Formats: sequence, C-alpha cells, structure tokens
Amino acid sequence: MNKERAAAASFVVSLISSVGLIAWYFTGGGPRGEGILLGLALGGMGLGVVIWAVFLMHSPTETEERPPLAEDAERATGAPEVTRRTLLVRLLGAAGVALGGGIAVPALSLGPRPGQSLFKTAWTTGARLVDRDGNLVRAADIGLREVLTVFPEGHAGSADSQTLIVKVDPATLDLPEGRDDWTPEGLVAYSKICTHAGCPVGLYRSESHELLCPCHQSTFDVLKGAEPTFGPAARALPQLPLAIDENGYVVAQADFSEPVGPSFWNMT
Amino acid sequence: MSGIHPVRWIDERVGAGHWARKALKKVFPDHWSFLLGEVALFAFVILLATGVFLTLFYRPDASQVIYDGPYAPLRGQEVSAAYESVMRLSFEVRAGLVMRQIHHWAALVFMASIVVHMLRVFFTGAFRKPREINWLVGIGLLLLALAMGFTGYSLPDDLLSGTGLRIAYSVLISIPFIGPYLAFLFFGGEFPTEGIISRLFVMHVMLFPALIIGAITTHLAILVRQKHAQFKGEGRTETNVVGKALWPSQVFKSVGLLLLIAAILAFMGGLIQINPIWSYGPFDPTTASAPAQPDWYVGWLEGALRLFPPVEFSVFGVTIASTFFPGVVIPGLAFGVMTMWPFIEARLTGDHDVHHLLDNPRDVPGRVALGVGALAFFIVLTLAGGNDVLALTFDLGVESVTNVLRIAIFVVPLLCAGIAYRVAKDLSAQAPGSMLSPPTTGGRR
Repeated sequence: MNKERAAAASFVVSLISSVGLIAWYFTGGGPRGEGILLGLALGGMGLGVVIWAVFLMHSPTETEERPPLAEDAERATGAPEVTRRTLLVRLLGAAGVALGGGIAVPALSLGPRPGQSLFKTAWTTGARLVDRDGNLVRAADIGLREVLTVFPEGHAGSADSQTLIVKVDPATLDLPEGRDDWTPEGLVAYSKICTHAGCPVGLYRSESHELLCPCHQSTFDVLKGAEPTFGPAARALPQLPLAIDENGYVVAQADFSEPVGPSFWNMT
Repeated sequence: MSGIHPVRWIDERVGAGHWARKALKKVFPDHWSFLLGEVALFAFVILLATGVFLTLFYRPDASQVIYDGPYAPLRGQEVSAAYESVMRLSFEVRAGLVMRQIHHWAALVFMASIVVHMLRVFFTGAFRKPREINWLVGIGLLLLALAMGFTGYSLPDDLLSGTGLRIAYSVLISIPFIGPYLAFLFFGGEFPTEGIISRLFVMHVMLFPALIIGAITTHLAILVRQKHAQFKGEGRTETNVVGKALWPSQVFKSVGLLLLIAAILAFMGGLIQINPIWSYGPFDPTTASAPAQPDWYVGWLEGALRLFPPVEFSVFGVTIASTFFPGVVIPGLAFGVMTMWPFIEARLTGDHDVHHLLDNPRDVPGRVALGVGALAFFIVLTLAGGNDVLALTFDLGVESVTNVLRIAIFVVPLLCAGIAYRVAKDLSAQAPGSMLSPPTTGGRR
C-alpha cells in the first residue's frame, strides 16, 4: 500500500474512533469500550504521524558542530572580585545557619514526640477481653485450637492493642520461665502485631501451633512463647498475661511486658 | 515559519524567532535507544493528564463513612471517605475507572521506562564527563518517581496500600536514634494515624509533581546545552553531532510516539484490570491479606525484607531492628553506589576526559559485568518479594523457596556478572576493529 494512503487510513480510523468514543460516553460508557475506542483514536493518529514522519518527510542527515562547553582559561578573567572580609563572611555564614534552623523548626509541629506511646498499649490490669465487635470473651467461648482477635474492653479495633488468643492443651505448653500462671485453662495470648514489619499476624496453623504473618512469612511457635521459627522476624511476639475473673470472663493481668510491634533503638 | 500570523505576532512581541529557529535545527542522533527517556517523559504527561481528572473526584479524608454505593459486597460496611471516593470514581463516575486504570498503568510504565533509560545510559557510558551532572538529576528523578508511586499507591486507603504504609512506618522506626522521631513526624503519631492520607495527598498532587517538573526541565535544559551524545560511526567525532534536525521529522516522530504510548496505555487501562481496591477491601489495622504484592518497582525492597535472615542485636544498649539492614542499609547502599557511579568509575579507570561518543557496551566488559550483576541482584530480590506467590505457583513450601533464594541472591548475580564479562569480551574480540579502532579523537577537559 502506498504510504500516504496508509497514513490517511490511520487518520480515518482515529477520526471514526473518536466519534465513536463520544457516542459511547453519551450512551452509558464502560471501561472496555472506552479503552478500545480511545486506544484506536490515539493509536491511529500516532501511527499516521509516524508513517508521515518516517516515509513522507525529507530529512537529510545533518552535522552540527559541538563547541567546547567551558570557557577558555585565558578569557575567563572573572567578574569583579568582592574584597574578602573574613569577619563579614563568617557572620553571614553563622546567620545563615541560624536562619535555616529557624525556618526548619516548625517542621517539628508535624508530629508529637514518641514519648511512652511505643512502650504502652491500651491493656491494663484487669481489663476484660472483647472481640472486634466489643462482645466480652468468656473462657468457655474459645474452643481448643481456635483463635480469636481480641482487644481490651472499650478499645475494640485498637491498632496497637490487637491480640490473638488461642486455646491449646496446657500440657503441651513450653513457655519461657515465669509465665506459668499466664495461661489459665490453656488460653494463650500474644500481640497480633508482627515484630518484624508490623503486619497483623493473621494466620494460625492449628495442627503445628504456628502463627504466620502474611506479609513476610514470619512464623511463630504458639507453644514456645511465640518464638520465631522461620522468616525475617527475630523477636518473639510479646505475650499478654491472662486470668479468668469470678464471672468467667477472660481478663489481662497487666499490659504486655515489652513493646509490641516492630523494634526500635531504645526499646530495651 | 514566518508568514504564519500567530508566529509573527509572538515574535514581534518577545523576539523568539531567532531562538526558535535555532531550536528547531537542533540535531538528534537517530537511534532507537534514545527514545527511552522520551517514553518516560510521555508517560509522565499522561500521568499528569489523568491525574488531574482523578484529583477532581478524590477526597483525602480518613473519617469513617458507611459505604452505600453500587458494589454490593461492601454495602453497609464502614470505610474511609477516601476509600469511598475512589469506589465512587470507579463505579459511578462515567469514564472514572478507565482514567484510574490508565493512571496506574502509566505509573508502572513511567517507572519501567526510567529504569530502562537509565540502563541505556549506564551501559553506553553516557554518564561520563560532562554528563555526570545529568546522571545526578536523573537519580533525583528516579527517587521522585518512586516517591510519587508510593504516595499515589497509598491514597485509595485500601487494605493492600495500608499494608504498604505500615511496612514503611516499621522500616522508618528501625533507624537508630532518630527512627521513632522521624516516623512520628512523617505520620503525625503512632501508626495508624488519621492525618497521613491528607499528607500523602499533598505530596502526591503538589509537592512531588512540582519537583519532578522542575527536575525534568533541568534534565532537558542540560541535554540541550550539552547536546546529545552519539554512538561511534562514520563522520561522528567528539566535536560534532550527526543526526536529524528537530523540525520536522523528529517533532513528528516524538508526537507519534506520545500518541502511540497513550494508545497502548488506553488499551491497557480499558482492558486490563489493575488495583481492584473493591476486592482488597478498606484498610483495617487488624487484618492483612495474603498474598500481598506491591507494584513492581517496590518488589525488590519487599524482597530484601523477606529474604534477610532474622537478625536483631543490641550495641551498647541500642537495638538494631531486624528491618534496619534490609530496609534502610541495603537500599541506601544501592542508591549510594548508583548515584556516585560516574565518579567511582572515573576514579577506577583514571579517565577524567570529556566523552561525547558513546561506548558500545561490549567494549567495556567490566562495566557490563557490574551492570548485569546488579540487575540480577535486583531481579532475585524482586522474585523474593513474591516468594509466597512463587511457592503457590510451583506448589512448593514458602520455606524452601526462601531458602533457595537466600543462596541465589549471592550466586546468581556473581554468575550472571561472570557470564556477561565473558560474552562481552568475546563479542568485543570478534568484532573487527572495535577494540583496535583509534582512540576517539582526544577528549577535552
């Protein structure tokens, strides 16, 4: 086919598609039609223009000189010099630095100082456990090998207090020292926030008693104090000491004994 | 040119004629690989155009509302106003979804074309004096593009983007001494914060685009001032540029390229679903979905986090968190070496001359080996970023995939670099005269 005709045909396709695109919009639209018609409208025009440029335009190869970028050393005699005044230069420098600090300091308003917020959660001594909807949790509500996401009462949905509670056979537990009375009736609770990059540790493999983080596949052993067994997490999930109150509700004995979530420099 | 009234009109008022005539005669060396940067530029133009449309519908608001739109599975659920506005844009605004999808695809193509353009510049030695300065501007553009990608990706406030933000927060917090302060300043408090959405929005639609436009302008101004580099060839020397004049053929070709890229992105945006936030659901700090995959250009960072062994230790009471090395040190080193490469290479080779003639990559086997090795490193990390997907696809355990990749990250880049070195050497030796060709007529300092 003659090149000029090919370009002309491309432009015609483009024109028809654009008209079609407008019609498509007014008759209800839809992404498929929009994509195809817009693609044809743009593509037809683009193809036509490229055919025109490549085959129908006379464009001889040209040579352009490339003068050196830098000035000749002899010609660069420079601008009139400022007399060097050491005192003024130093003072101007110092004032400049101070001004920079003055201008930058409002940036500190962007956020509070971390203070104790990374060390504490909403868990307190005697706080009753509730589920995501705020319903209180009884020891009897959780079946063996079941897992439930819980929060302290009054803080359902709280991001830093989210905790997983699992029921296991107490005889199989092999917890670090001093945690013997943290697990009434085989109920074990760990922070749900991964100690690696802070994702919610959402998956429980009940047959192997492992908690698995979906983000980077860190795996934690529920029976052994949530020590990491695989993946990039290096620290165990903090454990929440549990008790059962006189009404059968599960409560926390205290807040987590260490910061939850990803590690930071002054955490210990 | 003259004789057309509007042109005359402008010329008589600002005297642009002389300048324009000169600009239109600018010579472009005719090589396909010189179009890669243009692809990036045009993808950015499409991002701006579609982005303005999206901005008119998006609400940077984290307050909770009840979704009652046409997408039945989410009806009645609490979502943020930001998420709701993107849902409305996708389901109720005519041509909204296609614009959103074109925008997202264009972002992926933008990043890809930047990377490929950078590889071209690297392998042909186009970063050497006097172009180190434009390499630095280019690195700035790469970082800004990454920042644009990350902030934009987080705006819909869906579950997947929320997970990305959370990981970024965790990495930030891991930096010794300043991490928690930086994270609290950036996020406005402990993650998750209500204010972060509007901050990301301002960065995404104002701060970063303005910086990118400034950097692109600088990039092109330097290009025009220095004139194009060119491949070696007949009649091409260090003191000339051989090619086609800007007007008319180059202008037509570039406009054609812009239209063709827009066409491809329109097809993709209309036909290939991307980032279906309705199936991810709204952000919820107590859930994460699996498998969760970020956009491709973040894959290597995600991979580093997944692959790095569980190492956390304490030096003089300062805890070095497990994400610090893979999340901060490795990317920092990678970008550091990348940024300084023109100066590192000049130091290593002792070559401080001006170069306007480009290398055929095979003639510099050492550079080829480094580039291919680095590329392999990034590719293995990117694969590691999808270790769960790989495990699922090939029906293997995630553990074994991870263990294999932990070895591959050392072996594969070295192997690839070695092979690349060998191949480049052989090709160079076989090519008649390429190694023996006279040293290019003296670079000036």
